[in-house]
Amino acid sequence: MPIDILMPALSPTMEEGNLAKWIKKEGDKVVPGDVIAEIETDKATMEVEAVDEGTLGKILVAEGTQGVKVNTPIAVLLQEGEDADSISSTTTDSSPKKKEGEESSPKQESSEPSPQDEKATAVPAAPRSEVAADPDIPAGTEMVSMTVREALRDAMAEEMRRDPNVFVMGEEVAEYQGAYKVTQGLLQEFGPQRVVDTPISEHGFAGVGVGAAFAGLRPIVEFMTFNFAMQAIDQIVNSAAKTLYMSGGQMGAPIVFRGPNGAAARVAAQHSQDYAAWYGHIPGLKVVMPYTAADAKGLLKAAIRDPNPVIFLENEILYGHSFDVPKLDDFVLPIGKARIHKQGKDVTIVSWGIGMTYAVKAEAELAKMGIDVEIIDLRTIRPMDIETVIASVKKTNRLVTVEEGFPQSSVGDFIANQVSRQAFDWLDAPVITVAGKDVPMPYAANLEKLALPSVAEVIEAVKAVTYR
Amino acid sequence: MATAARKTPAKPKSEGKSRPDSKIPVLTAPKPAEFTKDEELTAYREMLLIRRFEEKAGQLYGMGFIGGFCHLYIGQEAVVTGTKMVLIEGDQMITAYRDHGHMLAMGMSPRGVMAELTGRVSGYSRGKGGSMHMFSKEKNFYGGHGIVGAQVPLGTGLAFANKYRGNNNVSITYFGDGAANQGQVYESFNMAALWKLPVVYVIENNRYAMGTAVTRSSAETNFSQRGASFKIPGIQVDGMDVRAVKSASEMALEWCRSGNGPIILEMLTYRYRGHSMSDPAKYRTKEEVQKMRSEHDPIEQIKARLIGKKWASEDDLKAIDKEVREIVADAAEFAQNDAEPDPSELWTDVLL
Repeated sequence: MPIDILMPALSPTMEEGNLAKWIKKEGDKVVPGDVIAEIETDKATMEVEAVDEGTLGKILVAEGTQGVKVNTPIAVLLQEGEDADSISSTTTDSSPKKKEGEESSPKQESSEPSPQDEKATAVPAAPRSEVAADPDIPAGTEMVSMTVREALRDAMAEEMRRDPNVFVMGEEVAEYQGAYKVTQGLLQEFGPQRVVDTPISEHGFAGVGVGAAFAGLRPIVEFMTFNFAMQAIDQIVNSAAKTLYMSGGQMGAPIVFRGPNGAAARVAAQHSQDYAAWYGHIPGLKVVMPYTAADAKGLLKAAIRDPNPVIFLENEILYGHSFDVPKLDDFVLPIGKARIHKQGKDVTIVSWGIGMTYAVKAEAELAKMGIDVEIIDLRTIRPMDIETVIASVKKTNRLVTVEEGFPQSSVGDFIANQVSRQAFDWLDAPVITVAGKDVPMPYAANLEKLALPSVAEVIEAVKAVTYR
Repeated sequence: MATAARKTPAKPKSEGKSRPDSKIPVLTAPKPAEFTKDEELTAYREMLLIRRFEEKAGQLYGMGFIGGFCHLYIGQEAVVTGTKMVLIEGDQMITAYRDHGHMLAMGMSPRGVMAELTGRVSGYSRGKGGSMHMFSKEKNFYGGHGIVGAQVPLGTGLAFANKYRGNNNVSITYFGDGAANQGQVYESFNMAALWKLPVVYVIENNRYAMGTAVTRSSAETNFSQRGASFKIPGIQVDGMDVRAVKSASEMALEWCRSGNGPIILEMLTYRYRGHSMSDPAKYRTKEEVQKMRSEHDPIEQIKARLIGKKWASEDDLKAIDKEVREIVADAAEFAQNDAEPDPSELWTDVLL
């Protein structure tokens, strides 16, 4: 069968081009790789190479022709033993072939759905996933007061005892016992093979962690702070978060990236950024940001067991805060479930991580004013338990969100958008999102205080949405 | 002070080839392997499969069946074919986006690869990865990565897992002369050397990082020495001669399996086509390309040896070519007619 040589595309967007020049003439022998013609568009000129061996039987599109559609037969190649007589049948054959090429584009399929159908069927609804409720803590369970720092350490140690594939790596995690002492004692218990000090190479060791996770290990990668993880964000987003999807589900990265996030105190702009909204933006990641020690422990254990990449955002200031933690052998909490920190009926405050400290203090003040606040600790940024927020708003009809991150495209903005779409008719006031100021973090003590949200701002916001 | 510091390296103490100041082992490239008839024929067939597959991919791209970016491996076939010949079960392979040849060499099915190129449901990633993002855990192929250099820490992580598990496997991590200028490569070199990880860094030096010649992008163009600061030895290999690639790979894998840590193989190779399908490659002369094709083509080299030694006749080789063409034609036919992924696939595989 003679072979049609088709007008090639130079790029995915090219639809037509000019046949600038024929390098080979009718009757010339060609072998794969021979340049037979030159085509051009407004952007580039490119050579057309022969893919098959044969004789150029007939040129169908003359040199200098403009606007030749992609996939139009431009010449016919004869194979051994064929002559030009067999061409006429090929050229007629070429029209259905051309159609075949066109059909590859989904938009041109013959049974085109009507625009209405398309609207209904084009994008299937996202599947809903059920998240388990918090495990019931048996009545009479002993509670132990511990710091968030200790809770995190215990979570790692318990999981490392449970699964030999779990290891921790990062800067100063081993011999130094952790830059913030979160990994204290782990080297002594698990040895240097499983508690690995890395050089100061965030981009590199984040990628090494992801590669080890591809191979089936369960790395916990500690960033000394998430500010430094900006060096590694390509590996987190492009390698860890997207591979499961890009591999059609064959291979993912069961890995935890953890460390302190957000402002500490007086460390200025480069060391004081909150990344909740950044990572919350990325499909393929889970993003956890606990406030209490119990949540820190239960959620870190869940994160280590999770088969997906989990960003675990801690906070340097919270490390030293103490909370009651249930004394249970294996306390694991569900990722993706908010916790009602305090029930109330007048207004809902949603916060997470260190933002909760403002919410809790504001609530105490507001109670004195006779405003009964419901506080929801979101705990997980992604997947977000928006249902719990909506249910609360339907009860209180008012919503304030609190976070330290920058205001534009913040986590609070996303919540406000979801609430306006799903509970607009229940709202008695516009949602107010309390966030950090829209400036890099200043160093001066007074300016730093101004840049962060304050309890007073939260109180003001609540008063505004309750028209007090 | 400065004078004293300069004097130190001027007094070599130890003998032999290793440098006195840094103790970098100096390795010399072994002679090209002597191939048996079977090895020649196997390598010929595998390289031919890659070439014909890539030619067909280029053709399907031109017809609009393949979209986006498509980077062809034509010219570089000997590199992956030669390294694959010495791998053992469990050794991992990872590379960047010029990855079709690597997948075929690792035994992934031409139909599955081609169907991924056309974005169809039977593709290795169910149509969701495309040319640059394909994986097969079963065949120990870890991608297929679209960000230049990102596969280097990942491949180093695969080696970390081998060491952690105490198995005898090695990670073969490929990257190009372009990626060799990425910072994360050197972060990886440092950790791999520090922790003695079993990883072979195969630098496929095809002389152009997209359109920029190595001499215009790299202060040190001898990439085999790029590990010197980390005491990682390296050798330059004729990447157009599959026998040279095989013997160098043999040596490198032995180096890693003996617990010596990483090693660099710089493969001197050449790509005949543009960087991607939309690159007309105007940054080099036609004569340069033609010279490589006519004097160094890896497939023609084997062909000449097979015929010279009377291990195969022209007809025998034609028969192999025909068989390979049939495999490729079948893959192309399959990939053009396979269904697109179901719309519900949009939402799958985001999280487990």
